[in-house]
Amino acid sequence: MGTGSGLEKLPGGILVTTVEKLANWARKGSLWPATFGLACCAIEMMATGAGRYDLARFGMEVFRASPRQADLMIVAGRVSQKMAPVLRTIYDQMPEPKWVISMGVCATSGGMFNNYAIVQGVDQIVPVDMYVPGCPPRPEMLMDGIIRLHEKIRKGEPRSKLVLPEGPGRRGPGNPEGVPRPEGPRRGAPVHQEA
Amino acid sequence: MQPQDAVATPPDALQPILTSLRERFGEQELEVTGHRGEVTVELGRARLVEVATWLRDDPATRFRHLSDLSGTDYPDRPDRLCVDYHLYSFEHNARLRLKVRVTVEDPHVPSVTGVWPTANFHEREVYDFFGVRFDGHPDLTRILMPEDWKGYPQRKDYPLGGVNVDYHGAHVPPPDTRRYKGGWTST
Amino acid sequence: MSEILRDDADEATQDVPEADGPSTSQLLDQAVVRPGEALDLPARPAAEHVTLNEQRARQVLAMGGGDWAEVTARADAEGDDDLMVINMGPQHPSTHGVLRLVLVLRGEEVISCQPVVGYLHTGIEKSIEFRTWVQGVTFVTRMDYLAPIFNETAYCLAVEKLLGVEAPPRAQALRVLLMELNRVASHLVWLATTGLELGALSIMLYGFREREEILDILEDVTGLRMNHAWVRPAGVSQDLPDGTEDKIRAFARDMRGKADEYETLLTNNPIWLERTRGIGELSQDRLIGLGVTGPMLRASGLAHDLRKAEPYCGYEQYEFEVPTATGSDVYARYQVRLAEMRQSLRIVEQVLDSLPGGPVMIQDPKVGWPARLALGPDGLGNSPAHVNHIMGESMEALIHHFKMVTEGFKVPAGEVYVTVESPRGELGYHVVSDGGNLPYRVHVRDPSFVNLQTGGPMVEGLLVADVLAAMSSIDPVLGGVDR
Repeated sequence: MGTGSGLEKLPGGILVTTVEKLANWARKGSLWPATFGLACCAIEMMATGAGRYDLARFGMEVFRASPRQADLMIVAGRVSQKMAPVLRTIYDQMPEPKWVISMGVCATSGGMFNNYAIVQGVDQIVPVDMYVPGCPPRPEMLMDGIIRLHEKIRKGEPRSKLVLPEGPGRRGPGNPEGVPRPEGPRRGAPVHQEA
Repeated sequence: MQPQDAVATPPDALQPILTSLRERFGEQELEVTGHRGEVTVELGRARLVEVATWLRDDPATRFRHLSDLSGTDYPDRPDRLCVDYHLYSFEHNARLRLKVRVTVEDPHVPSVTGVWPTANFHEREVYDFFGVRFDGHPDLTRILMPEDWKGYPQRKDYPLGGVNVDYHGAHVPPPDTRRYKGGWTST
Repeated sequence: MSEILRDDADEATQDVPEADGPSTSQLLDQAVVRPGEALDLPARPAAEHVTLNEQRARQVLAMGGGDWAEVTARADAEGDDDLMVINMGPQHPSTHGVLRLVLVLRGEEVISCQPVVGYLHTGIEKSIEFRTWVQGVTFVTRMDYLAPIFNETAYCLAVEKLLGVEAPPRAQALRVLLMELNRVASHLVWLATTGLELGALSIMLYGFREREEILDILEDVTGLRMNHAWVRPAGVSQDLPDGTEDKIRAFARDMRGKADEYETLLTNNPIWLERTRGIGELSQDRLIGLGVTGPMLRASGLAHDLRKAEPYCGYEQYEFEVPTATGSDVYARYQVRLAEMRQSLRIVEQVLDSLPGGPVMIQDPKVGWPARLALGPDGLGNSPAHVNHIMGESMEALIHHFKMVTEGFKVPAGEVYVTVESPRGELGYHVVSDGGNLPYRVHVRDPSFVNLQTGGPMVEGLLVADVLAAMSSIDPVLGGVDR
């Protein structure tokens, strides 16, 4: 951090900015994912963490089973209607700051399963910071998404907000009252800026 | 496996089994058809458990393995819901299909969990997707859909439930509402 | 979060008649705690009991569900404060997928276990009803995502049986080749994840390292690492590219040495033996009653393999053994799977030695895929010769190509049930056609769905740590279970 002698002469804000950058660099340098592998993408995620496409070189080989110890949730695979509340629960259990990567087309938009059983995009439930397409995405594609997210974190860019449309949610034949809304900012209301 | 002709003669392993079956239960109760080398025995639900138990225990048949229990919906028929039991015998290396049909108004079929315990999950699945009630099942609840789901998704009158995809001027409706089934994306 | 709790029982079940008397439960032989039943368990000193705090449980585990309320009610009614109802999953460290186990524990010992599935239900069977017969392949391949070639092959065999056609011999041989490679890959993932869950972390890396080699080969042949959609009705979509045969032979040689390495690491390892011997034993009769097939059944001594019993795709030409074991515990299943990997490599080499020539797609224009594919500067696509033919030479060929690709072929009405031996057991397809160009009904008998029913009986009396070993030995792939 430099010697003590010149610091008092510097304008006050510089030191704070440097701490912020240091914090961001530390956050991106050891971003621990929570295990949320659901389907085929989970296998590719495991392959990304395995020997050939090594995630450990990015500080990410520890897939924490407990969401309370994780920063990153990689939603790998198709999210069914039954799994959606579980997804939200795990997301809520993660401490701040947290990020979400939606891996594969099923998590991003429902993928090839445009039907009653699959949530058409996890961004209906959790705010997503990086979308990685593919069915399943190659390990290199997932790593590209992760590295872009690292850049986002390093630059300190604001995180995605979950913006939900008005109304009770997506009704369907099996859900006449609509999906119960998780708590979050609503469109039109002032958006709470998270730290 | 060689593909068989459309009008099937039952494979050799099944001939004695079918003979025993007919002797034991009579022609009127059972309707035996064949297609592509497979034999289907259609019977009423009243005799189902009796026939199943006999098929499992009699040394000439010994169908100890219930491979599959599946449901199908034929909305054109009055007895819409059809439950198929696929049986396999290790000793005779033979397969047989039992078929039971019920209506939507009275969708009760006796459960075969007492005969083949593996039917537990299968019957729950058929109940979940078609609404067939299996009398005598120890725990008939939904297995794959959430417990409070309304409706029976794999019936033919249940919509596929997709969303429209609108992107840069292209409109892609869900597959069950497209004009050309199976192929085109246009409205 | 309270709105996420769903405790109401399905009102549609309220008219279900009462469960049968003791006979059915006895036959099922699941010691689920029922109110009024006395459990024959040793008494515990009062100081050690754990009280069930329902409120607290609901605060932490915000996800309820009918099964949860039912099981806790039964445990409460039992009146035994020692019992603790714990929810394992659907998100949990075990890498086997979104399986939820509702465990009733006394301390560390499991009293009963109820597997809850459906967290990956994708509606594949219904989706197929709105796609053509060939498009159905892309859906079924994503069910059991560790063994996609088996899904595709079984579906295509069923469609071919309905059509009354057979794929050309070279296509059959290539199907066998890739199926056996896929079997090795699936067993490697099983070994890797089981090792990871039991604490043998290096096996995870070794298993995935070998699997990457197989995925390289699969990528060369089919274009994709997973979910290939390569097997089509009446053939396969592409032939082996040049140089693949040598690659596969080199891999098969290598893999034998690697399998020996795994055996050296694990087979006589005292920790492995301690954790897998005697865990999860089930007798052969119970396994047959529960409909179990595959390595679990072979580990109980019954040498039943559909490749030998009902050969398909030319399996009768190849020489291989069906490994069995007698322990019927986790260790026996490990032995069987490792031996199966070696037999698969044997089959792979025989296929390569006897690979016939000829087309890989049926030549019948009413059924066969119209395009021939070739590798071009921009990737894999219709061969330039084919494009030239349909665009330049023959209007009829163009119309035929168009109709075959968009509408597809029509399959005569009827129903069939076709099975293949997948790495997990008997994979069956019950396919019904109404004579049209779309499948009428495709029901998949997935081996994991059926084998998972052993989860309840197998873990009673085990410690919590052994539950993982036992559930791993079933080798469930939840994509197939939930479809």
